[in-house]
Order: sequence, then structure tokens, then C-alpha cells
Amino acid sequence: MSATALVEASAPATAAKARGRAVAGRARSWPARVAFGLFAATLIALPGLLGDPASVRQWAEWLCYAMVAVGLDLAWGYGGMLALGQGLFFGLGAYAMGMHLSLEQVPAGALPEFMGLYSDYTELPLLWRPFSSFWFAAAAAVLLPVLFAGLLGLLVFKRRIRGPFFAILTQATAVIFALVLVGNLKLTAGFNGLTGFTQVFGRSKYDASTGTWLFTIAAGGLLVVLAVAMKVVNSRYGKLLQATRDSEDRVRFLGYDPAIVKTVAFCIAAGMAGLAGAIAAPVFGIVSPGQFDFLPSILFICWVAVGGRGTLWGAVVGAIAVNWARVTVSAARPDDWQYLQGLLFVLVLAFVPGGLAGVIRSLWHRVAAKRASPPAVASASAPAEATT
Amino acid sequence: MTSVMLDPAAAQPDAPAPVLEVRGLSVQFDGFKALDGVDLTVQTGELRFLIGPNGAGKTTLIDCITGLTTPSAGEVLFEGRALGRSREHARVRMGIGRSFQTPTVFESLTVLDNLDLADSFRRRLPALFLRRRGVSDAVARTLERIRLDGVADRLAGTLSHGQKQWLEIGMLLVQGPRLLLLDEPVAGMSPDERLETGALLQELAADHTVVVIEHDMAFLRRFAHCVTVLHEGRVLSEGTVEQVQADPVVREVYLGRSRDERSGAAPPPVPLEVLP
Repeated sequence: MSATALVEASAPATAAKARGRAVAGRARSWPARVAFGLFAATLIALPGLLGDPASVRQWAEWLCYAMVAVGLDLAWGYGGMLALGQGLFFGLGAYAMGMHLSLEQVPAGALPEFMGLYSDYTELPLLWRPFSSFWFAAAAAVLLPVLFAGLLGLLVFKRRIRGPFFAILTQATAVIFALVLVGNLKLTAGFNGLTGFTQVFGRSKYDASTGTWLFTIAAGGLLVVLAVAMKVVNSRYGKLLQATRDSEDRVRFLGYDPAIVKTVAFCIAAGMAGLAGAIAAPVFGIVSPGQFDFLPSILFICWVAVGGRGTLWGAVVGAIAVNWARVTVSAARPDDWQYLQGLLFVLVLAFVPGGLAGVIRSLWHRVAAKRASPPAVASASAPAEATT
Repeated sequence: MTSVMLDPAAAQPDAPAPVLEVRGLSVQFDGFKALDGVDLTVQTGELRFLIGPNGAGKTTLIDCITGLTTPSAGEVLFEGRALGRSREHARVRMGIGRSFQTPTVFESLTVLDNLDLADSFRRRLPALFLRRRGVSDAVARTLERIRLDGVADRLAGTLSHGQKQWLEIGMLLVQGPRLLLLDEPVAGMSPDERLETGALLQELAADHTVVVIEHDMAFLRRFAHCVTVLHEGRVLSEGTVEQVQADPVVREVYLGRSRDERSGAAPPPVPLEVLP
């Protein structure tokens, strides 16, 4: 009897298949592609438009911040993990590249300058040796954060630690990282950090073109990070990540392990922060603990919140806009920025939880609704006509 | 070999292990015995209703079967295998699906995405990084079956309560579970939605093993074959609706004074809930 039942069951299946395909409209991807293209074109044109080398360097810095923000947005905006310690990953990347740059300043095999001052090393410590290779340093800048985030994530998420506990834990790791850096003077130059990068990947720091060159690398890095993040968000995994954010238990009863889902996103965010750090090291020209402890970690969150969590463009715009505001306000009224920044963050959290992106989206919907409303009947068929 | 069996686990007609076997299950919360030595056996293809007043331990029992709660004594066997301390998602992968009292669908995703995620649960993680292209047959069929094929591209958050409940059932169905545990699937539904859900349940029961927690007497009478009554963490009675209703212990403890319940042509839908 079940044989006939099966035959009968398979017949309507094909019909359902055809109908299902017709139903399943995929989200249009061209607006995102156009926006991405425009953004890339703007970045290419920007150094020429800015002219001033100092501004170009500053923008390169902001683009690095934007990379961190995009990664953080994946973890926080899409994954619901309030990661308050991204400074750790940013710093790991920066130190990995900073160590390579320090070695670039001296002849092969020689000690970096600070070691002569702070340590009694006669030859290069084992930890430093592989960093004389650029590729090792670059790989370490991304992989170390990923590895660390993977271990931390599994440890925390498998035990179902989340919410504020996760936030405090990550915050603590950033603080500990800074303390370890300061405490190991001989290896890290302590509080002063790694400095004096006059040679940057074979170029002179004083050469006018080096700034633009670094800007181009930062812009390329940001575009790659953004493209990867877009792919992730639009994939099944991206949906799963959002589902995990909204209801972890339901995801569990769907047969997925939320701990793995979250750890993967946390790793991606960490890798992006690490890459940003590696590019930021030559841009900053200095790598010191203060750049990566708890305060910058909180600022990253602030930028994503202002730009709009849960939208990748929001993260990019937030990081750039807040930093632009910081520089602009600080130039005019040096003492007021801290207060203004705090106020901005509070206002956004209290009144505009969607951030800039949220405001723009609701304005857009209002305009679209107004435009669509007069011919109320035709509104459904209008988009189809417009494309033909 | 006259019939073609799809399911390898069910292909042993000689020794059919019950799909679900619960043995002496006890759960304590801070000294309070939520379950006290519960035994329950559900055979393949059964549609079993689980009833009992609030605090009887119905949801706790389901929580134990799905791994949300760890029992203090006793064990749960699924298709003859002891589940032990395996985690929730592992049990889902074995073939145990459940729904919750309040429908929990992913409101910020579309109906289609909800189903697609449910359908993809056996894919390996790297495969999840690919963008979804098209719709699998299972998803398309399920969309139709749960009567949501017209709203596939809408956000699940915009659905009505009943539709969310169906979507949740659909998300279970598409995973092809061998045991379905439904916690109050018609709670909060309109009378029409109840009827439709009942029909859907009957459809499901034709090719699934289903355990349903339900309070609604009218619903029960109409759709239940076999009922297990829980009371204060123990199994009070088990049998057909008529048998259970006729059971003096059940009547005394549970139904109280409403003796003339079964006499009328159109009995009022008395929820079992109302009694202490």
C-alpha cells in the first residue's frame, strides 16, 4: 500500500516545484552592486580630491576603522554578540605588522632599536624571528585573531554565556591584552610601543607618494572586507546568523549548534579587525597598547551604533562620519569632543536605535510610499512595467 | 517485500522498537517534583495526545525528550537508543522535532528563508556560505502543505498568529522528523484556524508519529485517537478519549463535577484547564 502512496505523493511534487520557483523571488542585488561600485570609485578619486597628504593619511586611518566596524557589525548587528573587545584583534594585527616593520628598520638578524634600550637580548628573541618575513606577519595578523576568537568563542558560547556576560568577558580580554603588552617591556617596548617606521615596505615614509599608496591599500582592504561581509550576509549562513540573534533556542531546535554559528561570525569579525590592524600599523606609524585597550574597543561599538547596526553600509559610514566629526570638532573646540561623543552615543541608543542607516531607510520608505500611493491600484504592477 | 520503505529505521517489521520510550522519568526543580516516574511508549505512526492541568508536567516531559531539561532519574529511548545527555541540536538531527507553545519563527526573515533554513539543517557549514538559489522540492511542497505558498516572500513577522504556528509546523515537517512533538499547536487560534490546524494535524499523522499537548476538549474529541493524562507529574490514565473520560480516577481528579459532558449532541468546548 505504501508503494502506491509514494507514487501518488511524487506526482504533485513536480507541480509544487514549479510553483515554488515562481513564488521564490530573490532579492534584487543590483542596488547593492551599484552602491559598491560608486563607493569604490569614490575611494579611488579621494586622494586626488583631498590633495593634502595629512588628510589622505587620516582617511586611510578611518578606512581601517571602517574595516573593524564592518566585522563588528557582522558579530553585533547580525549576530547579536556585543563584542566589546575588538581592540584586542585590531591590536594583534597591528602588533604582528608592527613587529615586521620594526625589523625592516634594522639589518637582517639585528635587534629592533628598542631592545637595545630595554633588554639585554643579544640576539633576536624566538617570538620575533618569523616576523622578519612580510608574509608571515601578514598571515599572523589575520590568523592570530581568528584563532584566538575561535578558542574564546567556543569556550564562551558552548557554555551558553551571552549578553552582558559576553560583553564583559570580551572587554576584559582587551584590557588584559593591553596589560600584557605594557608588562612585557623587553619584547613589546611596553607603554611606548613600536615606533620609528621610517621604511615602510621598502618605501620611505617621507616620500609623498607613500601616503597615497597606503591609502590605496587601506581602500582595497576595506573593499575586500565589505565584499566578503556582503557575501556572508546574503548567504544561508547570514540568515542563520540573524536567526541565531533573534532566537538562539529556536535555532538549536532546528538542528544547528548556535555556538558554532556564533563562533564563526566572531572569527570573521576578528579576522577583519586583524587585517585592519595590519594595514593601520604603517598608517599610524606607531603601535602602542593605548590604541587597542578598552576605550577604542568601546568606540568601535559607538561607531557602528551611530551608523546603524545590522547594515554594512551603516558600519562604514558610522566609522568614517564619527571620526570626521571628531577631527572637525576637535580642531575648533579641543575640549568638547569627549562630551559631544558621549552625548551622541546616548542619543543614538535612546532615540535612533537604527542609527543613520535606520533614519535614511525610514525616510526612503516614506518617500517611496508617497510616490506609490496616488495610483494605488497600479502600484503592484509598476515595478514590472518599469523594467520592461 | 511488497512495500517500499524509505526509512531504514522503519524497515524492520519483525521487531519494531517503539519510536519513543520513556522509562521512569523524574525531574526535580528545587525539590519540586515536576515529573515523578513517568512511563510512556509511543509506537510508529501514532497520534498521541498528552493532556493534564497546568503543572502536570506535560511540557517538562517534552523538554526531557528534546534535551532542554536533564532528568534526575529515568531515561528516554528514541527508536531503541538511549538519548542520554545528547544536546538539543543533536536530537533534532536524530529525527526529533518540536514546536513551542508560543510560535517562534524568525520574524526578520521571510517565510521562505525560515523554511529554507529548516530544510538546510543537514548541510555542512561551508555549504551554508553559498547563496540560496531556487527552492528545494521539499520546501515548495511544504509551503503548499501549510497553506503559505502565497506569502512566501513576506517577512515572517508580518504573519498572523495562526500562520506563524503553521510556519513553525512547516519548519518541522520539512526536516522530515520521525517524531513530532507539538506543544499546544492551537493555543490562541481562532475557531477557523483550529479546524484547519486540526486537518493539518490529521494529514501529518498519516505519515508521521506525532505527540501533541493540548487542552482544548472539543479539539481533542475531534482529532485524538489515544490520550495520555498526566497529573502532578504522574501518568494518571491512558486510552481512547472515551476511555479516559469514563475513567473514574480522571473524572474525580480532573474533570470534577462535569458528569453530563458526553451526553449532549453538541457538547460545549470545556477546556480541561479550568479545574484546579
